[in-house]
Amino acid sequence: MPFQIVVLWSDLLVWLLFASALGFALLVRRSPPLRSAWRRVGARRSGMAAATVLLCFALVGLLDSLHYRLRLPAATEPAGGSKASAQYAVEVLSLLDALAAPLRTRNEKTYSAPFATRLLAKETREVAGVGTVREQPRLKHGGAHLGENETELAADVGFTAFRYAALGFLGWALLTLALLSGLRRCAADWGTTSESWQQMVLAPEVKAKSQVFTVDREPGQKSELPGAWALLRGAAGGAGGAAGGGLAWDAVLAVLLLLALLLPPLFALAGDYHVFGTDKVGQDVLYQVLKSIRTGLIIGLVTTLVMLPLAVLLGIAAGYFRGWVDDLIQYLYTVLNSIPGVLLIAAAVLMMQVVIDTHPQWFSTAAERADLRLLALCFILGITSWTGLCRLLRGETLKLRELEYIQAAQAFGVSHARIIGRHILPNLMHIVVIALVMDFSGLVLAEAVLSYVGIGVDPTMTSFGTMINNARLELGREPVVWWSLAAAFATMFVLVLAANLFADAVRDAFDPRMQ
Amino acid sequence: MLAYIVRRLLYAIPILIGVNLITFALFFVVNTPDDMARMQLGVKRVTPEAMARWKAERGYDKPLFVNPAASGTGVLSETIFFEKSACMFVGDFGRAEDGRDIAREIGQRMGPSLAIALPTFVLGLFVAIAVALTLAFFRASALDFWGVVLCVALMSISGLFYIIGGQYLVAKIWKLVPISGYGEGLDAWRFLILPVAIGVVSGIGSSARWYRSIFLEEVGKDYVRTARAKGLSETVVFSRHILKNALIPILTGVVVVIPLLFMGSLLSESFFGIPGLGSYTIDAINAQDFAVVRAMVFIGSLLYIVGLILTDLSYTLVDPRIRFS
Repeated sequence: MPFQIVVLWSDLLVWLLFASALGFALLVRRSPPLRSAWRRVGARRSGMAAATVLLCFALVGLLDSLHYRLRLPAATEPAGGSKASAQYAVEVLSLLDALAAPLRTRNEKTYSAPFATRLLAKETREVAGVGTVREQPRLKHGGAHLGENETELAADVGFTAFRYAALGFLGWALLTLALLSGLRRCAADWGTTSESWQQMVLAPEVKAKSQVFTVDREPGQKSELPGAWALLRGAAGGAGGAAGGGLAWDAVLAVLLLLALLLPPLFALAGDYHVFGTDKVGQDVLYQVLKSIRTGLIIGLVTTLVMLPLAVLLGIAAGYFRGWVDDLIQYLYTVLNSIPGVLLIAAAVLMMQVVIDTHPQWFSTAAERADLRLLALCFILGITSWTGLCRLLRGETLKLRELEYIQAAQAFGVSHARIIGRHILPNLMHIVVIALVMDFSGLVLAEAVLSYVGIGVDPTMTSFGTMINNARLELGREPVVWWSLAAAFATMFVLVLAANLFADAVRDAFDPRMQ
Repeated sequence: MLAYIVRRLLYAIPILIGVNLITFALFFVVNTPDDMARMQLGVKRVTPEAMARWKAERGYDKPLFVNPAASGTGVLSETIFFEKSACMFVGDFGRAEDGRDIAREIGQRMGPSLAIALPTFVLGLFVAIAVALTLAFFRASALDFWGVVLCVALMSISGLFYIIGGQYLVAKIWKLVPISGYGEGLDAWRFLILPVAIGVVSGIGSSARWYRSIFLEEVGKDYVRTARAKGLSETVVFSRHILKNALIPILTGVVVVIPLLFMGSLLSESFFGIPGLGSYTIDAINAQDFAVVRAMVFIGSLLYIVGLILTDLSYTLVDPRIRFS
C-alpha cells in the first residue's frame, strides 16, 4: 500500500449526507406528490441553473472528502527481508490535493499578482559587472516555461485559453447532442401521456383516453414529437399542466456552456501560472479557494444534521402533546433565542477552544484537530439555530392536529407514534425542506464572519473566513494586494447566490400558499 | 394593560434565569477555573502559585454553588454562581481582565453604539420600504423582475465585503471621510456617515424582498378591490390603503430589534474603530475575556426579552382584535 486511507469524522458525515441525498431522491421518485413538487423546481430556469452550479461545488467538496496519508520512502531497506513497519507522512491529503498537485506544491516566496511572472515586491540582487540592481525577481513557477521571452505572456495566455475554450465548447456540444437524443427517446416512450399524478388521481378517464391514444401510435413516429427547442425548454415530456411539464434543460445547458468555456482554460492555465495570484506565503490562491469550498459546504450541511432532529422532534412534540410538554419546549427555545446568536456561539467556541487546548493528546494530526473543531462549530451552530424551525413546526402541528383525519385516527385508537409518523410528519415535510435550503446560504455567510471574528474554524483550516481574515490588511499595502480578497468573495458570492436562487425555486414549488 | 405588562415582566424572570444557567454552565462547568487560568496565564507562566493567585484575584477560587466553609447566608452568597451570575440581576458585572469596571464601560459605550445603530436602523427601514413599495407598484414588470434579481444578488454578498469594499473605496481611494475613528459631539457625523451607509446598503436586499412580498399579499385583498372599484387611481390605492395596512406587519416585525440597537453592530464598529459595545464584545472575544462576554450575553438577552414584550404590546396597539390575556 503506497498510502494509508484516513477517514476523518467530517468525511464520514459528508458521505452520509451524500447517501441520504440519494435515498431522498429514491423516495421522491416513488412518491407522486413529492415528484410533482420537485418537477416544479426543475421547471424553473433559475432553479435548474443554480442546481447545476451547486452540483459542481458539491463535486469539489466530495473529491476533497477522500483523505489519505502518503507512505514515506523507507530510509534504509532493512537487511534480512524483515519489513519494518511502514511510516506514513504526517500530512493528510485528499483526492482533490492529488488532482491539484501542481497548485499545491508550486509555492512562491511571497505575493505575486494574477498571471504575473515576477514577484510583487522589489528585491536587491548582485549582478556581475553591474553592481546591485533593484528589481522584481522572476517567479520560480509562474510563467517559468516562458524562459527569457516574458513579453510573450499575453499571447501565450490568450492562445492557451482559446484552445481549451474550444475544447470545452466541443465537449459541451457533444453533451448537448447526447442530452437531446435522450430526451427524444423519453418523449417517444411517454407519448403524450401526462406525468401529472393529479390527473391520474382526479381524472382516470382522461388517463385511459390518453393510453388508448398512445397504443395507436407507431413507435418512433417523429411527426408528433415536439421539436428540440421545445424539449429543452421543458415544454414537453408531459402535458400535465398543474405539475408543470418537463425540466428546464435549456438553463442547465446555458450554465454548462459558461462553465465549459471558463473552467478548462482556467485549469489549463493554472498549470503554468498563478491564475488568482499568490498570497503572503506564496501559496496559490486558486488552490485555497478550491479547499475553502468543502469547509463552506460542511458548515452549511452538517449543521442541518444537528438542527433537524432537534427541531422536528421538539416542534412536533410541543404542537402535538400540548400541555406541560409544550410549555417546557417553548421555555427552552425562548431561552436559547434570547441569547444573542453571535455571543452564544462565541461563548461556546471559547469554551471549546479551552477544552481543545487542554487536551492535546486527543489528536494525532493537526488535520484531526482542525476537523474536530469544524464539527464542534457545526454542532454549536446547530444548537443555536434550531429554534426558528422548531417554532414553525410547532405552529403547523397545532393546526394539523385539529384536522378531521387526525381526529379520526385518534378516535380509532391509532398510537401517537403512528399518527405522527404517518399523518403529521409527511405534511410538515415542505416546511422542513424549505427551511433547509433557506438556511444553507446564511450558514455559509456566517462562517466567514465567525472566522473573521476569531470564533470560526481552526486557523490552520482553509476557509473563506480564514482567507479573508488573513488578507484583511492587504488593501492597506502599497501596491494594493486585492486578489486574495477578490477570489474569496467572488467564489462565496457564486456559491451563496446559487444557493439562494435554488432555495427560492424550492420555496415556490413547495409552499402551498404559492399554488 | 398594566397587569398584562407586569405579568409579562414576571414571565421574563425565569427566562433570564435560564439564560444565566446556560452561560454559567458554559463558563464554569464545562471548563473549570483552572483551565481558564491556564489559558490566561499562557503556557510559560503556569505555576500552581500563579494560578491560585489569578483565581483569588477574580474570585474564581470559591466553590460553584454551595460554600460549606462560610456561615449564615454566606453558604450561598460566597460562591461563584452567586457572585458571577446572580449579581448580574442588580447590574454588578464585576471587572474585566484589565481591571476596569464592566458596568461603567458599558454605560460609556452605549452612546457611540446607538449613534451608529439607530440611524442605520431608521434609514434602512425607510429605504427598504420605499424600494419594496416601488417594486410592488410596478409588479410583474421588467423593473420588478430585475429589482428582485438585484435584491437576491445583494443578499448573496457577504457583509464583510460591504464593509471592506466600502471602506477601501470611499475612505481610501476617494478620501471622502476618515478611514476610522470617532469624534465627540457634532463632529461625529464624518465618522458615522460611512458605517451607516454601508449598514443600510448591506441590509437592503433581504428586507426589501421581504417587504415586497408583504405588499403583494395586501394587493390581492378585498378592500383593495373595493378601493379600485370606487374609481381610485392606483397611486392613491397604494399610498392610502396598501401602504398603511402593510406597515402593520412590517413595523411589528422590526420592533423586536429596537432594544438590541444598544448592543451596536459587531463588524462595523470594530472595522471603523468606533468605541461602542460591538467592538467591546469583539475585543473581549479576541482577548478571551470571559467576564465581559458573560456580561454582554446577559445584557443582550435582557434587551431581547424587552423587545419581545414591546412586540406583543405593539400588536395589541395596532390590531384591536387582539386582547390582553
